[in-house]
Amino acid sequence: MSLLNFLRSRRSAPVARERLQILLAHERNSLRKSDLLGTLREEILAVIARHVTLDPDKVQVKMDRGGDVATLEVDIEIPNDAAALTATA
Amino acid sequence: MAKVLVVTSGKGGVGKTTSTAALGAALAQAGQNVVVVDFDVGLRNLDLVLGAERRVVYDLINVVQGVAKLPQALIRDKRIDTLSLLPASQTRDKDSLTEEGVARVIAELREKFDWVICDSPAGIERGAILAMRFADAAVIVTNPEVSSVRDSDRIIGMLDSKTEKAEKGERVEKHLLVTRYDAARAARGEMLKIEDVLEILSTPLLGVIPESQDVLRASNLGSPVTLSNKTSASARAYIAAAMKLKGQEMEIGMSGKRRLFDKLFGRRAA
Repeated sequence: MSLLNFLRSRRSAPVARERLQILLAHERNSLRKSDLLGTLREEILAVIARHVTLDPDKVQVKMDRGGDVATLEVDIEIPNDAAALTATA
Repeated sequence: MAKVLVVTSGKGGVGKTTSTAALGAALAQAGQNVVVVDFDVGLRNLDLVLGAERRVVYDLINVVQGVAKLPQALIRDKRIDTLSLLPASQTRDKDSLTEEGVARVIAELREKFDWVICDSPAGIERGAILAMRFADAAVIVTNPEVSSVRDSDRIIGMLDSKTEKAEKGERVEKHLLVTRYDAARAARGEMLKIEDVLEILSTPLLGVIPESQDVLRASNLGSPVTLSNKTSASARAYIAAAMKLKGQEMEIGMSGKRRLFDKLFGRRAA
């Protein structure tokens, strides 16, 4: 091993620095995303609950986090009479 | 006006308890009225590091649950009479802590002391959350090492979301304390530099504690390093950090102090 290679192999701190920067950029992003989805979920349900009495068993929330996009799927069963009531109100 | 300070890190073994003892002692040695509170219920060690392990009668849980009054549980240091310890319980677990109980104890401590320094347990669970819950300021203890820096980043996120101040839309003042730093290894590229850690965590620096044999010696003796070996490099670094914390406190209402302060420490404080 040449002297230059020997010196380079001892310089591990720049590797640590780069790994951390990449990792933390990703982790901060995904944590923020999960908060966003949680907030959306809560606020959407609160808006609907203002108009219709929600049956917790008839609400399905799915969150999916992919590489580039995340999806929030909210499936709420609303009885017909409740919908009619809101429409006339 | 009392200040509640949490010493936290996420990762274990980076020096939270050592730093709590050293900063608490340094502030008390400077004439401030200080209480250090051990939140590591079930794994208490602040009593041992402060050399008060044989004087514990009542603890934080006893006070939270109303079994003992606060003055009965407080242990006054034999060397510095402005330093007190509120020990954790060794026989219970973190579930014994309730938010209301902790709120009550912290409020009572605020009445009696200038500084309430909470030594957080490692982790991000109940004990750590309650230790930071009512804090005005936080000292994040970090080693210049990848896992410690990553965990500090996580804890910083929690200080911005899980504390009472954060929930009220205010900010917990954050200070980074880098411990076990080896400047020679950093210069050789074998250890993260202070600048690297600061850039990654984007949190203002409170101090750098060099790797030192004096720190282990201090805990062996049960005496904070600022007391057992005042002139050692680590003790001087802790004293400088404590003065910086104290200086900031004085700045409120004394803006003229700022310039001298900046000259002394060279860095802008949070």
